[in-house]
Amino acid sequence: MAVILTEKAAQHVANYLTKRGKGIGLRLGVRTSGCSGMAYKLEFVDEIGEDDTIFESNGVKVVVDAKSLPYLDGMELDYAREGLNEGFKFNNPNVKDQCGCGESFTV
Amino acid sequence: MALFQIAEPGESAAPHEHKLAVGIDLGTTNSLVATVRSGLAMVLADEHGRPLLPSIVRYLPDGTTEVGYAAERHQARDPHNTVVSVKRFMGRGLRDIAHIEAMPYDFVDTPGMLKLKTCAGVKSPVEISAEILKSLRLRAEAALGGELVGAVITVPAYFDDAQRQATKDAARLAGLNVLRLINEPTAAAVAYGLDNAAEGTYAVYDLGGGTFDISILRLTRGIFEVLATGGDSALGGDDFDHRVFCWTLEQARPQPLSPNDARLLMAKAREAKEYLTTHAEAPMTAQLSTGEVIDLKLDVDTFAGITQTLIAKTLQAVKKTLRDAGLKPEDIKGVVMVGGATRMPQVQQAVGELFGQQPLTNLDPDKVVALGAATQANLLAGNRASGDDWLLLDVIPLSLGLETMGGLAEKVIPRNATIPVARAQEFTTFKDGQTAMAIHVVQGERELVEHCRSLARFELRGIPPMVAGAARIRVTFQIDADGLLSVSAREQTTGVEANITVKPSYGLSDDEVTGMLKDSLAHAKDDAQRRALKEAQVEAQRLIEATSAALAQDAHLLSATEIAQIQAAIGKLQTTLLGDNRVQINRAMDELGRGTQEFAQRRMDQNINRALSGRTLEELDALGKMENRGEKS
Repeated sequence: MAVILTEKAAQHVANYLTKRGKGIGLRLGVRTSGCSGMAYKLEFVDEIGEDDTIFESNGVKVVVDAKSLPYLDGMELDYAREGLNEGFKFNNPNVKDQCGCGESFTV
Repeated sequence: MALFQIAEPGESAAPHEHKLAVGIDLGTTNSLVATVRSGLAMVLADEHGRPLLPSIVRYLPDGTTEVGYAAERHQARDPHNTVVSVKRFMGRGLRDIAHIEAMPYDFVDTPGMLKLKTCAGVKSPVEISAEILKSLRLRAEAALGGELVGAVITVPAYFDDAQRQATKDAARLAGLNVLRLINEPTAAAVAYGLDNAAEGTYAVYDLGGGTFDISILRLTRGIFEVLATGGDSALGGDDFDHRVFCWTLEQARPQPLSPNDARLLMAKAREAKEYLTTHAEAPMTAQLSTGEVIDLKLDVDTFAGITQTLIAKTLQAVKKTLRDAGLKPEDIKGVVMVGGATRMPQVQQAVGELFGQQPLTNLDPDKVVALGAATQANLLAGNRASGDDWLLLDVIPLSLGLETMGGLAEKVIPRNATIPVARAQEFTTFKDGQTAMAIHVVQGERELVEHCRSLARFELRGIPPMVAGAARIRVTFQIDADGLLSVSAREQTTGVEANITVKPSYGLSDDEVTGMLKDSLAHAKDDAQRRALKEAQVEAQRLIEATSAALAQDAHLLSATEIAQIQAAIGKLQTTLLGDNRVQINRAMDELGRGTQEFAQRRMDQNINRALSGRTLEELDALGKMENRGEKS
């Protein structure tokens, strides 16, 4: 089981964490909502929960809770630029279909 | 495919519900837009990676516009239709603008705010600023991938209501929802305070393209408070360019300049100034349309010499603002430098000498205001970031008050009060049976209304007829977070109410604001004497009214001789109060007071007799209080 960050994504996360001045790492998760059923969660981590699994990828701690893990296993988080916009991108092999914008998806 | 930003723990937005908010520094020379991404404030660059947008708008004959660098390229060739530094015209009339002869525009003086005639028609500064804001909005929407819920826009601390309102109007015209206007130095402090988590009292020295602001801020745990602000809204980097421009003309003595050549030399002057930041000598070369060639060299010492008075002017404002805050230079823990003009080494040196410490320059002085505005916008849009439980306090630059009898200005909210603020004060009627009250809202530091600026007038009607001094009218002044004022008056017993929102009619010019502050100091003694005289006159008039009313009511308590004596005393007071001798007026009042003592005693006895014959104790009590109030006021 694994969730990985690309080198670029890890650099950005590390940079944000330094500027923020606190935080253990990055939390990835899913929850049920949105137009296609599921939605991603991308948050800073200040506390580790009991059912959390911790991965280490390119020097950054990635935290995923037990319920989300099956939906995210094997995925890669990248950092991308699209025109003037930039941000983190989920490359998730578990996704069957997603809404037009990709903010929510089905498995 | 969606691009994600990192949220605070537990704060992930639902899909399609990200609240995109930006901070905009609408500057005189350059404008910027910034946002908070993954908890970090950052300036949004254009497609060429350039963070600044020159605040320049060019109108084309077909009605289209060019904004920023595209417009800048044409400013020398098409000066009539290329508007620079439009911020200086916001909320201003033609007569408020300095150096108008050096500007290549066709001005149209319309009531309230001037306008500019361009090949695309007559444009107001609000419309021109809206073009800049629209360009920034489109940039932000492209960069953030969605519509903005709102923006925080920064304005100089010295902007008055008219200028603030004009800025808001421009934003609305540009399709932006204004979350709040905040003062530029305050935004800078937000950027520094949050990034460095520093506590203490700080000075923010902001020398931008066209405005100078100095703010004294106190940063304590979680709270930003502006202790005092000052400055000069017509002093900035442009003036340094102008000095170099004038120096060039003195040295080279060319033929009278065409608008294009003037623009060219101004641009060259700016280049020379910027070059001197890192070099000891700058070339000043240009070929004019007349064929004349200018070939000069400007060294650091000469530049320092010709701009010395400008820096001295800023330091004076700094000292005055420190005095306002009741502080000395050594009380300041740190000095934040804002604005591109603070890159000039001699500015940093002069500020450093005044405060006895090296000023802070670790954030880009061009970006720091936009970054702070973005942080504030993010908060107001409802996106919490780590550790922001802070509260932002701001201050008003001039006192607000109203006119009382005798043309005196009664201050309700003193200058440098923190906003948002609401203050109420009770006023009463001057004459028996008075059923209406005129409320005249004024702004300024002087004691007499005629020396203050009139903001608004309204009337409270429907006051029930009462004895003078018995009505209780509560006047409330309220200033919202944007610095806009509303005034309401309410008669307490009946609840009749009237109110007004001060719609800015005409902006105070820079000279007026500084002038008003200077005047208040220069005339402080004078004003105090005049105030005392006016107060004596008002008091004398009130005494005459009260005595005459008593005579009309209770003349039967007096003999004919006594009436004649009292009337003589009234007559004497009436004559003296027309003069300007306060001592004589007070003496005449004392005489009338002594002359009516016996009369007052008899009236009191009569009232007590009446009270005993069928009045309640409460009424008797109330009667006593009324008399008491009459004597005191």
